[in-house]
Amino acid sequence: MTLPVDLEVKNLNFYYNGNAHALRDISLPVYKNRVTALIGPSGCGKTTLLRCFNRMHDLYPRHRYEGEILFEGRNILSDKEDLINLRGRIGMVFQKPTPFPMSIAENIAYGLRLKGIKSRTELSGRIEQALKHAALWNEVRDKLNNSAYDLSGGQQQRLVIARALAVEPEVLLFDEPTSALDPISTGKIEELVAELKQDVTIIIVTHNMQQAARVSDMTGFMYLGDLVEFDTTEKIFTAPEKKQTDDYITGRFG
Amino acid sequence: MPIFSKKNSIDIAFSTITAVAALTVLVVICGIVAVLFKESWPAIQKFGFFRFLFTVEWNPVTSVFGAASAVYGTIVTTGIALLIAFPTAVGIAIFVTEIAPNALKGPIGAAIELLAAIPSIIYGMWGLFTLAPIMSQYIEPFLQKYLGNLPLFKTLLAGTPMGIDLLTASVILSIMIIPFTASIARDAFNLTPGVVKESAYAMGATQWEVVKDVVIPHAKLGVFGGAALSLGRALGETMAVAFVLGNNHKIATSLFDAASTITVTLANEFAEADSDMYLSSLYYLALVLFGLSFITLAVAKLFLLRAEGKHSR
Repeated sequence: MTLPVDLEVKNLNFYYNGNAHALRDISLPVYKNRVTALIGPSGCGKTTLLRCFNRMHDLYPRHRYEGEILFEGRNILSDKEDLINLRGRIGMVFQKPTPFPMSIAENIAYGLRLKGIKSRTELSGRIEQALKHAALWNEVRDKLNNSAYDLSGGQQQRLVIARALAVEPEVLLFDEPTSALDPISTGKIEELVAELKQDVTIIIVTHNMQQAARVSDMTGFMYLGDLVEFDTTEKIFTAPEKKQTDDYITGRFG
Repeated sequence: MPIFSKKNSIDIAFSTITAVAALTVLVVICGIVAVLFKESWPAIQKFGFFRFLFTVEWNPVTSVFGAASAVYGTIVTTGIALLIAFPTAVGIAIFVTEIAPNALKGPIGAAIELLAAIPSIIYGMWGLFTLAPIMSQYIEPFLQKYLGNLPLFKTLLAGTPMGIDLLTASVILSIMIIPFTASIARDAFNLTPGVVKESAYAMGATQWEVVKDVVIPHAKLGVFGGAALSLGRALGETMAVAFVLGNNHKIATSLFDAASTITVTLANEFAEADSDMYLSSLYYLALVLFGLSFITLAVAKLFLLRAEGKHSR
């Protein structure tokens, strides 16, 4: 396969609390405008790996990265990396919806304001655009000034996705984005993920193997901090090479 | 079934005991209110409600008593104390919850709680022997020299800085309520879900932006509730204030004037109340304080309830 690579993980090791070895020598390519899924049992390191891409681990003390993640040829794990700028380009959506304590419109405007956009007309244009992009516009167009807490869980999660999209990131990281949602809301988010890949590169961590099979192009199976197998989603789910992968996707463990 | 009935009777006894314990509180409160009303009844009849509240004169010799000066002193000292304490306490709480490294969080938290555990009479002695001289020799002349010529401050900072005055009392009060306000604010800040903070960081927000836009709005109601609770505490504080306020029944326009608060008046004058009307007026004053504290507490609870309601959604 000769797809353009957006992010390249090279021999990544990660340690919590100075010495708990959470990721072991991970290497994988993340292809541009594709959905890459990370699956594996709890504690396998998939969320830990995801949080390396936007350096979320840096919020907490005593962590250590070894190896490289290349983004446009630059190692984003370097100490000199500007994290504010990096997180503006690599957005993240969390397990639970995380609206900020402000109105629907202000939630979307938040990231734009952080980037220094002040013009009211530009803000309202981009708020509308982002909400349409996240398939939420029709439901909230008449109550943009209501508190974001008034929305349902599924709507809040789409609001959070719209908020992440508003700053036009190149990569979006999804950390089990539907684990707190009902099946209908989950379906909407999955459709959205499939559409969004035209514009952004997506990495999604999921507990739900059917979800990985439905939305992703590439899948990595992780176990105890190792990346056991990485291939096209089709290959992983129909003819995995490793026995561990086969056991996991057929539900024999994990 | 003897086993069940035995168990049942223990249960009944247990719930009766706890219910009695809880009812005692209500009985005591009702008793206090009743006594306050009964003892202050002669004064209520003689001076009425609004006349008592707005009469400045407090004169045992002519037997004319008004609460205005004491209420004024109470409100001014607690108001200034809150003005100093609130920003400091919120700053402490933000530092402890968001900024301090883990190794510092524990010691600072313990120090704050220790500050709250110091008996108020010690604050009073410290205020009289240490703070008052410092205020009169350094801080008050300094304020007078550099701010004393500004329009409003000309009145506020008039007179000779003696150190036994409204400002010193307010500073002492503020030191006493800082730990209380800070620990409630800290609890409120800690209620902000970590994942919401993370997602603000994930948007590329700086630490200051996360605190300003996410943590503070999230904890706003809780922090205000905490401030109102500390206001209630400051209203009732007696000993520390009694040491450094002088006991002067007048409406002081300068912060360098001696004044009086409700509690200070009560503490100083109960022993020397020689006439029935004098004693009754002191009870009336206590009743006014009870009302003030009750209102503040109710406002505080309202804020805290709304804060809890928001988080339980």
